[in-house]
Amino acid sequence: MTSLPTTKPEKKLGLVIDLDICVGCHACAVNCKEWNTGGHSAPLTDIDPYGADPNGVWFNRIHSFEVTNDEGEGRTVNFPKSCLHCEDAPCVTVCPTGASYKREEDGIVLVNADHCIGCKLCSWACPYGAREYDETAGVMKKCTLCVDKIYNPNLPEESRVPACVSTCPAGARSFGDFADPESDVSKLVASRGGFDLMPEQECKPTNKYLPPRPKKLGQAADDIQALTPIADNSAGVIARWIDKFLSA
Amino acid sequence: MHPAKSVIFFTTASGAGYGLLFFLLLGSLFGIIPGDFWFLFLSFGLAYFLITAGLLSSTFHLGHPERAWRALTQWRSSWLSREGVMAILTYIPSGLYAIFKLFLPETGGAAVAVLGVLGAIACIITVYCTAMIYASLKPVHAWANHYVPPGYLLLSAATGAVLVNCLMVLWRAEVFLPSWLAVLLLGASLFWKIRYWKFLDGTKSVSSPESATGLGEFGRVRLLEAPHTEANYLMKEMGFKIARKHAAKLRWITLLAGFALPLLLIVLSMNVTGGFAAFLVILSVASAAIGILAERWLFFAEARHTVGLYYGAEHA
Repeated sequence: MTSLPTTKPEKKLGLVIDLDICVGCHACAVNCKEWNTGGHSAPLTDIDPYGADPNGVWFNRIHSFEVTNDEGEGRTVNFPKSCLHCEDAPCVTVCPTGASYKREEDGIVLVNADHCIGCKLCSWACPYGAREYDETAGVMKKCTLCVDKIYNPNLPEESRVPACVSTCPAGARSFGDFADPESDVSKLVASRGGFDLMPEQECKPTNKYLPPRPKKLGQAADDIQALTPIADNSAGVIARWIDKFLSA
Repeated sequence: MHPAKSVIFFTTASGAGYGLLFFLLLGSLFGIIPGDFWFLFLSFGLAYFLITAGLLSSTFHLGHPERAWRALTQWRSSWLSREGVMAILTYIPSGLYAIFKLFLPETGGAAVAVLGVLGAIACIITVYCTAMIYASLKPVHAWANHYVPPGYLLLSAATGAVLVNCLMVLWRAEVFLPSWLAVLLLGASLFWKIRYWKFLDGTKSVSSPESATGLGEFGRVRLLEAPHTEANYLMKEMGFKIARKHAAKLRWITLLAGFALPLLLIVLSMNVTGGFAAFLVILSVASAAIGILAERWLFFAEARHTVGLYYGAEHA
């Protein structure tokens, strides 16, 4: 069915992405590609991979933004983006075939590749650009929240998280159940002021982003001052030697 | 948005086809169009040819055309599915009506008239469903507005009326009503399209780079580094960019070739007779076809998608 689940899902699985921690290393995107090219929506095909115009299907992409305040002070924010597994997922309701669906048990949004006709309308309906068309297979593909990993009994308990989460070297990504207010992810979102992307599009995304922590802007110039030698070249040799000794 | 040729042909050809079918049904019900076999055969034939060619071409851009039948299953939730279902349903009453009028013109009476009315209503609903496929896509500001559904209905009616008028002039029938109908609808389309472009130029999406990233409280947001070096599917499909000067030119082509010129040609044709009138109305069809193709190309090319905000667009 391409209608959204009518009953409130027992679980609401999703990700928390901490924009304060992310260093923009792209490891999550690489491991996502690695796992999923052998997973539920395999393969994630590439076109012209070793040529002049390599491109292909990725479920997770890392953008970098520059944010400049009114004082002209800037900061760089690395910004990973994948499917947000929205509660009111427009990609599901526009699907004419029923290939695109949202699971009742955990809210994961998936594509049935055997039913997809490749009309691309779901990718038009998603405001976030979470869906990518596979030219080779002729069907739409998207993040599965590693549905074939998180429930896999052959993996050790601690590995049953999406590939992007298990690989993040900085710990910027967390995975859990947002329907449970006592879960780690729910507490994290509550304590850090987690937010939705484009709430005005009314998709009610499950994934949450945590804002960068306040930065001591305007302090940089003073800090640089502290590093300059107190004595300049006009001071005597001994004074300069003492200055050097004390500065060490 | 990327202007796919198959979708442009589909929406314009089947739009004109449904407009033509609608006016043929109404014209036949009220005895305005000629009732002889060959006129009905050729004009209903042209309507079904345009509709069917359009529908078939819409399946060409699919990744799996052989599964297209599955698109008829989700009419409860999907406008695309509703459009497919309605497109097929429209064939039934309108086709039966045409068969009765062609082969059994003396039978049926009220029952056949009901088929004609149902067919005409189905034409309107089908074109409305086509428009709603676009008007229901919230991330595309140029589409999700109240100008789009009336625009599709108007343009479908206008192109249909231009075709009916042409067919009737060629058949040397009385064309006072169809000619004025075409003039009126072309004028209304011209007005509506200008209103739509005014709206488009004066507003923008509710979403911004700040809301897309949630970083608005820290300041102005701009893309520093894209996630990858080459263009990906999203950028090709949703990030289609058209040069501003081309857009302005194409808008003029749409207004002139699509509406103003056919309108003038039809007014002129009303004042002449015979071969010259036929020449003018054929020209009106050719001009409208060029204009409507430019209009539909722009409808896609000028539409911006919110995903562009993640790829450096300053607004959507």
